[in-house]
Amino acid sequence: MNEFIKNFANQWDDTEPEVFTPECEFHELEEWGSLIGLAIMNMIAKKYGVKIAPAELKACVTIADVYNLIQSKQ
Amino acid sequence: MNNPFTLEGKTILVTGASSGIGKAVAIQCARAGANCIITARNDARLSDTLMTMDGGSKILADLSTKEGIMALVEQIDGKLDGVVCAAGVVETQVLKLTDENDMQHLFNTNAFSAIRLVRELVQQKRMNKGASIVLISSISGVKCGYVGGSIYGATKGAIEGFVKATALELAPQRIRVNTIIPGMVETHLLDHSDIDKEQIEADKLRYPLKRYGQPEEIGYAAVYLLSDATQWMTGTGILIDGGYTLV
Repeated sequence: MNEFIKNFANQWDDTEPEVFTPECEFHELEEWGSLIGLAIMNMIAKKYGVKIAPAELKACVTIADVYNLIQSKQ
Repeated sequence: MNNPFTLEGKTILVTGASSGIGKAVAIQCARAGANCIITARNDARLSDTLMTMDGGSKILADLSTKEGIMALVEQIDGKLDGVVCAAGVVETQVLKLTDENDMQHLFNTNAFSAIRLVRELVQQKRMNKGASIVLISSISGVKCGYVGGSIYGATKGAIEGFVKATALELAPQRIRVNTIIPGMVETHLLDHSDIDKEQIEADKLRYPLKRYGQPEEIGYAAVYLLSDATQWMTGTGILIDGGYTLV
């Protein structure tokens, strides 16, 4: 999970790294937008070999939800 | 009276003919009377295209490698009156997450496949005088861009750049080289994209004509560029984008 959070946080440029915890509701962050969403989907495909649809990412509330989604697809 | 828009008596090679724009181009060329040679990697889908055409023949080939292109050209009988390079893939990847493999894959499939094929046909003198070469470009990378389309756009920019000097070099043989520059076209590529269905519907509304293009609308332009109606057109592109780049 820690490694995933690091990779997740790495897609953001202006948000402090401490913000990213398993409980973080990332859609609520000021920097959130379609570009970050695409970067996260690309990162997941590259690093975890899992394809996440935009609607699936949208349905995730916390970072832990995204992590669990990847686990369920691996 | 002669019809300048007919392709009767012309032999036309269409790449990427198993789906999307390439398939629509092949079907329209056959309807316009051409003897079409269609090529792609997927045998089942290529056969499906051939069945919807009136005549023609197919050659299986992987154009993403030089060897695949050499093998294709070897299997073509005689000379060509036209080529349409429609093989291509769309990838939506933000620049910072792309790597060398992504670049190689996209450039090999979208740009080098067409460039190598044209070069091989020219080197082997397989184009008739007065032939027409049509490359499928895109508004992305040429007229505008989209998020996640940096490398894709670069491949299409490469195609546009290639056409200019090649048109000059082939002009003495009256061989014309042009592009079609489409906006978003409804193809299966969209089904596998990283774009939300809702986003796609919203994007369509950004087009002044309020929809994406249909593959056959690109096919009609290809027929036009392949026909004798455009014997004085070379080194240019036909923009077909529902007015997208006007606003």
